[in-house]
Amino acid sequence: MNRFAALLDRLAYEPRRNAKLALIADHFRSTPDPERGFALAAMTGALSFRNAKAGLIRGLIAERTDPVLFGLSYDYVGDLSETVALMWPAPEGPARNEPPPTLSEVVTTLASTSKTALPRILAGWLDHLDETGRWALLKLITGALRIGVSARLAKTAVAALGDRDPDEIELVWPGLKPPYEELFAWVEGRGPRPEAIDPAPFRPPMLAHGIEDEDFAKLDPADFAAEWKWDGIRVQAAAGTLPDGRRVARLYSRTGEDISAAFPDLAEAMSFNGAIDGELLVLREGRVQSFNVLQQRLNRKQVTPAMLADFPAHIRAYDLIVADGEDLRDRPFAARRALLEAFVGSIGSPRVDLSPLVPFDSWDALAASRLDPASAAAGEDAEAIEGLMIKQLQSAYMPGRPKGLWYKWKRDPMAVDCVLMYAQRGHGKRSSFYSDFTFGVWRAGPSGDELVPVGKAYFGFTDEELGQLDRFVRNNTINRFGPVREVVHSATEGLVLEIAFEGLQRSTRHKSGVAMRFPRIARIRWDKPPGEADRIEALEVRLKD
Amino acid sequence: MRPDDLLQPTPRGLYCPPADVYIDPVRSVERALITHGHSDHARPGHGAVLATAATLKIMAIRYGENFAGTVQAADWGRPVTINGVTFTFHPAGHILGSAQIAVSWKGLTIVASGDYKRGRDPTAEPFEVVPCDVFITEATFGLPVFRHPDPAAEVAKLLASLRLFPDRAHLVGAYALGKAQRVMSLVRAAGWDQPIYMHGAAEKLTRFYEAEGIDLGEVRLVKAADRKALGGAVLLCLPGSMKDVWARRFPDPVTAFASGWMRVRARARQGGVELPLIISDHSDWDELRETIRETGASEVWVTHGQEDALVHWCGTVGLKARPLRLVGYGEEGEAEPADLAPASTEPAA
Ligand SMILES: [Zn+2]
Ligand SMILES: [Zn+2]
Repeated sequence: MNRFAALLDRLAYEPRRNAKLALIADHFRSTPDPERGFALAAMTGALSFRNAKAGLIRGLIAERTDPVLFGLSYDYVGDLSETVALMWPAPEGPARNEPPPTLSEVVTTLASTSKTALPRILAGWLDHLDETGRWALLKLITGALRIGVSARLAKTAVAALGDRDPDEIELVWPGLKPPYEELFAWVEGRGPRPEAIDPAPFRPPMLAHGIEDEDFAKLDPADFAAEWKWDGIRVQAAAGTLPDGRRVARLYSRTGEDISAAFPDLAEAMSFNGAIDGELLVLREGRVQSFNVLQQRLNRKQVTPAMLADFPAHIRAYDLIVADGEDLRDRPFAARRALLEAFVGSIGSPRVDLSPLVPFDSWDALAASRLDPASAAAGEDAEAIEGLMIKQLQSAYMPGRPKGLWYKWKRDPMAVDCVLMYAQRGHGKRSSFYSDFTFGVWRAGPSGDELVPVGKAYFGFTDEELGQLDRFVRNNTINRFGPVREVVHSATEGLVLEIAFEGLQRSTRHKSGVAMRFPRIARIRWDKPPGEADRIEALEVRLKD
Repeated sequence: MRPDDLLQPTPRGLYCPPADVYIDPVRSVERALITHGHSDHARPGHGAVLATAATLKIMAIRYGENFAGTVQAADWGRPVTINGVTFTFHPAGHILGSAQIAVSWKGLTIVASGDYKRGRDPTAEPFEVVPCDVFITEATFGLPVFRHPDPAAEVAKLLASLRLFPDRAHLVGAYALGKAQRVMSLVRAAGWDQPIYMHGAAEKLTRFYEAEGIDLGEVRLVKAADRKALGGAVLLCLPGSMKDVWARRFPDPVTAFASGWMRVRARARQGGVELPLIISDHSDWDELRETIRETGASEVWVTHGQEDALVHWCGTVGLKARPLRLVGYGEEGEAEPADLAPASTEPAA
């Protein structure tokens, strides 16, 4: 377990794809079976055991530490598993010389452990692991192993052991199970190729570049098609039939994670043989719901009938990658699009439809559609549009982000100057810094102008700016309410933040009566006195009735 | 007499009224006693300075020979009396020359420990426990999540990375004073015998450590011309230079960072660090508690850092404790990664 933990630790910090590959391949090379196979399973999401709940971990640490010290530590670290891993006290009594558990031991024990026995077993493991080992174990058993490694990358590292193409691994993958001994034997030239051909493998998607103003002069609108960029989750829906006649339908995220289990409603609708590139959306009565609604479905671990009914999932198709066994990736976009239209028609399911093209004859005309999608045929769904995709008609479907073929053109955000009012320590990456900011705008109050909170932002600043904001909060606190600090905010003292947002809605939950969609800090206006920040009226005029 | 009659927190720093001196003042004062050379503790422009010989040399290197009106070197363990108050300097184990200052008057002893650590470190005089009535402690890592691992194991991670990525330059961010030299010494202890490279801004202080008899092996200054050829080399650089052009010119660099903050993932990631090395020159949670107990102090004053947790812990073991809430400390020495914005005025090499 400590070896695997050291690998996870290193991967968690390593941003470069090639270095991650080298680290994982090095682990596979230097770690024996079955340990490395379980590591591969952990990285590809193929482990199945009942996850431990956060409550169990809280219970274990509560028995062992002072609650105030735990509270302060958790507030600082911002992550439960990490706090517990770091705070876990050395076991009482004489040191026992038991070795720490191996990953194989952890995985096989968990598969057969009852819920009641779990706390004791877990505590025993935590006693014998170091800080990094405990962190990795807790992340693993809570199902929160986020290390920036896609299943595809882990398989690519396996392929690198024997100079194989990662696509070859994808093809045999569906027939394999942890700890993958026959797979390692095959790539290392010690065994035969495992049987199993995947009728629905993942194919890396084609991605777009953000378009820059100066690009338009170089591009001829006649060479391009445009379509809406929907604010959902980019997915690849792949389906096919195994030699024995069984159906396989898989939904992959952009990075190749198999997310089918969360969407049984879609798997059922995927009655085709092929692979569609599209957007995962929630539709209610034909209307595309906001990303927030989709997020609510994604957040649930259990798929219940009620959820399936309340959050019907949907695929809006952008492109056709494979149709009836034929790989279309080398064909031009225009040809694939024509095939896609027929293909979607033949599926005949209300859960799969076509993302419409947006007609235009000049970039100016397209700009007008982007500014006002509602009038450009998007109608009531305009709110769920993030912008436009512009695709070269001749473009083959190339994995990655090839230059000059596909562009995305996002809608311009709205912006308003607000005053920082409260700050709270963040969680995850930003924990231990004051990084959750509540801001307000001016309005007329009973005793003159007052600030009313209009939203919260966690994004938009650079790491340097976060450091500056954190210091500003610490040096300008006027009140503390638990984890929240009130920061000085008067007409003459305080900090102005330029807040960009995607949309505005009336809200009865907010004191100000408005709610921002996706607010973020566009700029810190160190230069601007708070008295010159915007007033609520500036937001109200942007509300749509 | 109350301890506050002998030492009290003021906006300028800890003040001793009967002797009319300040300890580690953050603004210029007539008479200052300095615990150690980090810039948040040792500032230029005081009238008279009393500090250990090494600290005085460090201040002269950083601020020029005329950093104070007059200077006096304090010998280890020999009391200096000012207006009837005696001041004695004892090693703090934090960096070379770092001291705790024991202040005694009319039967009362207060120890101002500055920054300190207990772990073995050949680049600093080892910490000495000084019995006292009131112990003034830092709390940089005053939370139970901070338990510093064996630094040798951390350096082993660096050497493992050098083996796996032999063509990449390994940039290790470390503070110019103390940490940089300690990391060099640890890298040597781990058996690395190739030249170690350093940023120009660490040169004078590193040469000073060497002149004080600390063996760091062959340490070379990075010259602009060598940059391309430094694949597989260990380079000590300053926190502020990690992200700027200086660092980007090395072959495919791996950015490591040596600091106690690296214990917390969010902090390490915040600084864009790829290879965090948990190496600290401050006491961790266990060392803070152990030291407080060993001094026998019945009262604890907590200065900069995570005061709340340490003050709370003191309460749970029946010790009187209070946070001093002094401002202006914790900016160098062990500043937090996000405070380390690229310095715009780095020397060219
Ligand atoms: Zn300090
Ligand atoms: Zn210091």
